[in-house]
Amino acid sequence: MSEEQRQPRFLLPMVVACMLASAAAAQTPADPLGDRGRWADMQRQFYQGGEIIFDPRVRIEVPANAEDAMNVPVAVDARALAGEQIDRIVVVADYNPILKVLEFEPTAVAPYLAFRMKVQQSTPIRAGVRLRDGRWLVGSAVVSSQGGGCTAPSAGRGVAGWERTLNTVSAKQFSSSAGNRLRFSVLHPMDTGLANGIPAFFIDELSIRDGEGRTVARIWPAEPVSENPVFTLELAGIQRVTQIEGRDNNGNKVLGTLR
Amino acid sequence: MQRLRSLLPAAVLLASGALQAPPALAMELDIREVGPGTWALIGRTEDLSPQNGGNIANAGFIATPEGVVVIDTSASRTLGEAWRAAIEARTKGRIVRVYNTHLHPDHILGNQAFPAEALATLPPTRQSIQEVGEAFNDNLYRMVGEAMKGTNVVVPRQLAQAGTTEFGGHRIRVMAMQGHSAADLVVFDETTGTLFTGDLVFFDRAPTTPHADLARWRESLDTLAALPFKRMVPGHGPVLDDRRGIDMTRRWIDWLERTFTEAAQAGLDMNELLARPLPAEWASLPLAASEYRRSVAHLYPAIERRVLSATVSQ
Repeated sequence: MSEEQRQPRFLLPMVVACMLASAAAAQTPADPLGDRGRWADMQRQFYQGGEIIFDPRVRIEVPANAEDAMNVPVAVDARALAGEQIDRIVVVADYNPILKVLEFEPTAVAPYLAFRMKVQQSTPIRAGVRLRDGRWLVGSAVVSSQGGGCTAPSAGRGVAGWERTLNTVSAKQFSSSAGNRLRFSVLHPMDTGLANGIPAFFIDELSIRDGEGRTVARIWPAEPVSENPVFTLELAGIQRVTQIEGRDNNGNKVLGTLR
Repeated sequence: MQRLRSLLPAAVLLASGALQAPPALAMELDIREVGPGTWALIGRTEDLSPQNGGNIANAGFIATPEGVVVIDTSASRTLGEAWRAAIEARTKGRIVRVYNTHLHPDHILGNQAFPAEALATLPPTRQSIQEVGEAFNDNLYRMVGEAMKGTNVVVPRQLAQAGTTEFGGHRIRVMAMQGHSAADLVVFDETTGTLFTGDLVFFDRAPTTPHADLARWRESLDTLAALPFKRMVPGHGPVLDDRRGIDMTRRWIDWLERTFTEAAQAGLDMNELLARPLPAEWASLPLAASEYRRSVAHLYPAIERRVLSATVSQ
């Protein structure tokens, strides 16, 4: 359902962006990563329509060195923005062949998302938090890698019968003094389309629902999200997640109901 | 125990075509006589670096009147050539068999320096070297640099079979195990009581786990512990005459599995696990911090999936 709903949200900022382009460009502060990334290109493609603020409250955790380029753990943590009206979070990687990593809408959960991704080489990872007033609060981190994660075929492709487990959801909710946390995985090859002879095949939409059927968070993964993705969400005030629903770009359904 | 050191021969320097020797070429190989006619090359208990030229893994050879049996070839053409020169300086015998204990590049990228027809390994290892050998070679070039120059992957032609053979007055038992990798070849010289464990055993250096299966690794350690060995050449670390290497390796993999399982049960994400400090128990073990971090990447995904799967419903 979300494609229709998302469209206007994307169009409006683009229109506004065109009108404000010169003003916005003049206001954009210098990228804290300097020449280690290509911020101007990232901004042009993904972070349009409002003032850009590089904000240390938007934290990205990555290991300094990626042991496995196919599975680089990334945690985007914008919980320090408590009180801000967050619309969505857009994560990109400057030097990946496919730049966008995912979008996340923390409708009713905390602005925190951990996952794993593929990197093709050492690259900055950016998380832009779009506020309802149009501003982008941006956090960055650099991951160093020997590379090759995006153009290698998924490991599961070599295992007979992967189709039978496609889109199987596993999930568990954890409670601690820090609050409720949801971790879930979906079995999927998440093919980037860059490995020879294997077309792009990836989960592109996930909705997380609570006991009343309300959508409390949505994730739009892109190709760089790792095979058999695992997501960690902080549920804030949500007591119980009961359903994870979505689909891949071939229209296969993802559906998991938690006991 | 006699301890000898050999400088890399000048011929190697010339053969490399380098006008100025990179650091690795000036390095000494640590080669020791560990038993009757039996020698070990002891690599440094370090990570791969330009300074050590990739010389981080152990190797060995058994000299018999009917020829020489070599176990592993080190990490590069240069190191392989130096290792072979060191063997030939110590025995006149022909090299008749060269075993690759497992697929990892620090043990096999010296293959090029040895007679191609003598190279042998277990079938899964041969297949792995075929499939990922070039990627390993590229990776080592990135980590070690100039000292890898001229190194090509050589896939062993012979398939090694488990079993005991009488050879030149030695009863040599080849064992096919698993756990550090999908196929770990162990050589036990029953005659001298010398056990070459490959990377099933580490000592004084944190074990590596990129292709590990911890349950199978434990079984292999049990098998090794039951062998009547007098001395052991581990894959990394000093030669031992007791089970300390087996015990340390087991403690490490048990600790990894326990730590990762508890973390998965507590719902930790990978970055949270990476941020944890090492317990005091491992503080003084070389490479413990970096191998712990690498092992999180290797082992945590499967362990966390087990925890998540336990509560799934569709």
